[in-house]
Amino acid sequence: MDRNQTHRNRRRALKVLHFSALFLTMAVICIPGLWIVLNSFRPTVEIMAKPPVWTPSFTLDHYRAMFGGAGEGGVPVFSYFRNSLIVSVVSTFIAILIGMSGGYAFARYRFKGKSGYFVGLMLFRAVPGVALSLPLFIVFAKVGIIDTHLGLILVYVAMNVPFTIWLTDGFFRQIPKELHEAAEIDGCTRWQAFWKVEFPVAKSGVASAAIFAFLTSWNEFALASQLTRSVGSKTMPVGLLDFTAEFTINWGGMCALAVLMIIPALILTFLVQKHLIAGLTFGGVKG
Amino acid sequence: MPRRRLPEWFLLLLPAIIVIAAVVLIPLIFSLYSSFTPYKLTRPSTLWKWIGTYNYEKILTDAKFWAAFGRTVLFLTIALNLEMLLGLGIALMVNKVTWGQRTLRTILMFPMMFSPILVGFQFKFIFNDNIGLVNNALQSMGFNVALPWLVDGKLAMFSIAFAEIWMSTSVFAILILAGLFAMPRDPLEAAKVDGCTPWQSFRHITLPFLMPFIYIAMTIRSLDVARAYDIVQIMTGGGPARRTELLWTLMSRTGYVDARMGLANAMGYVSILLSIFFTVYFFRKLSAARAEIGMGS
Repeated sequence: MDRNQTHRNRRRALKVLHFSALFLTMAVICIPGLWIVLNSFRPTVEIMAKPPVWTPSFTLDHYRAMFGGAGEGGVPVFSYFRNSLIVSVVSTFIAILIGMSGGYAFARYRFKGKSGYFVGLMLFRAVPGVALSLPLFIVFAKVGIIDTHLGLILVYVAMNVPFTIWLTDGFFRQIPKELHEAAEIDGCTRWQAFWKVEFPVAKSGVASAAIFAFLTSWNEFALASQLTRSVGSKTMPVGLLDFTAEFTINWGGMCALAVLMIIPALILTFLVQKHLIAGLTFGGVKG
Repeated sequence: MPRRRLPEWFLLLLPAIIVIAAVVLIPLIFSLYSSFTPYKLTRPSTLWKWIGTYNYEKILTDAKFWAAFGRTVLFLTIALNLEMLLGLGIALMVNKVTWGQRTLRTILMFPMMFSPILVGFQFKFIFNDNIGLVNNALQSMGFNVALPWLVDGKLAMFSIAFAEIWMSTSVFAILILAGLFAMPRDPLEAAKVDGCTPWQSFRHITLPFLMPFIYIAMTIRSLDVARAYDIVQIMTGGGPARRTELLWTLMSRTGYVDARMGLANAMGYVSILLSIFFTVYFFRKLSAARAEIGMGS
């Protein structure tokens, strides 16, 4: 009886501990993001207030200034948003096409030096953006594609192809060879067999690769900050810097732009959440 | 005589090879060349002067460079290990939850969507010594302090590490969680019947099974360890007085502010080798761990 009691108590204590640790972790994960969202709705006076004001008040000033184009520094948010969208979508699309064909080659063909090629490709992904941005800046300036969408798209395609190959390779390997062989016996060409049989099966892997490619291009800063100069090609991560002046930062405006940056990423990630995890684990573990 | 056609696998890989060669390989070759010249952006003619390994000798004897190099390696080691441990802990906790697991998993993915530069600004704001959330909260709780989070060298390093860990722990947590979901239940139950303590069954059954998942996360992370650059650049810019200078901020300062491209490219090569070392190391660990649990490729 007594032993039962202590056992039960211990169990309860563990449960409380587990719950509070979990709660604390989630709080640490959520609060910084929420803080940004919250501050985008607060007037600047309140953000800067000393002592701090904890009771929230609500204003849309920062959004109004941001979308109005004028006002606080007149940051051309629409152009940045459009640039980001064009660059990310186009580069993701191309990277997926190229990466898929590469992943298929690795999954379906046997050739000499296969693992060498594979690791070699991955190593190109590991080159730090800052280290690459110095020479890339000079080369692009010579070719004349600095400060253009095309330049950024090219860079992001090259950045995303290796990882896409890794993920799709794992997925194509999951698909039994018999599937496309049967399709070919039934009169499909290899090309048709791929699109009608193998591609639909590997869809979730492709979706997760696409999300990763999109997020990489959407969020990239080190290269974009050097390769873009004007309103015509600056992406949003670079645009964030517009809110900083020599000694002051317009925190409210920056938070508003940050919210605008997160929303598309948030929506996309939630849409394909399930594929994302499946893609990562299949691609890696069984690849 | 019919012309020999290129094999199909090569044709399929060709677009990838072309694009990477054009965008990554050519600039890298160019930067390798320029690292042997005293190239300055302001004086283009310096590109044609060959000075051999002078730049490399210079950085190898430069105390500032070695300080940044050592700090980078230390930073990466501490950050990656902490991310792994915290990710493991979070995954185990979430795995034990009986309801609302999907919501928790969704929340976990939250930091993955943040741009590194955004994470930098976010924590620059939160750790601001005057209006930041941390100091405001401390003061409201009655501590009459204004800790100089981003001004003091040690505190600044802590703040940067905090931001980095906040951003990247979820990669580990989510992958390890996926591993826990995929784990067969029988061995664990058998261990319980045989009288293993929870620690023993974790140490000898759960952990070995999770290892490949941990190494996948490590490999994915090691592919872009250099994104910590964005965070440091925004939060402190390598300051105060170079106390948070990492290899990458030193390089961009040398290249863009001092316009000494040759020297900066030499540093760039050191940083590339460092990244490649991390990647290759984890790739090898990954294939070893895969082989151990019989998921060999």
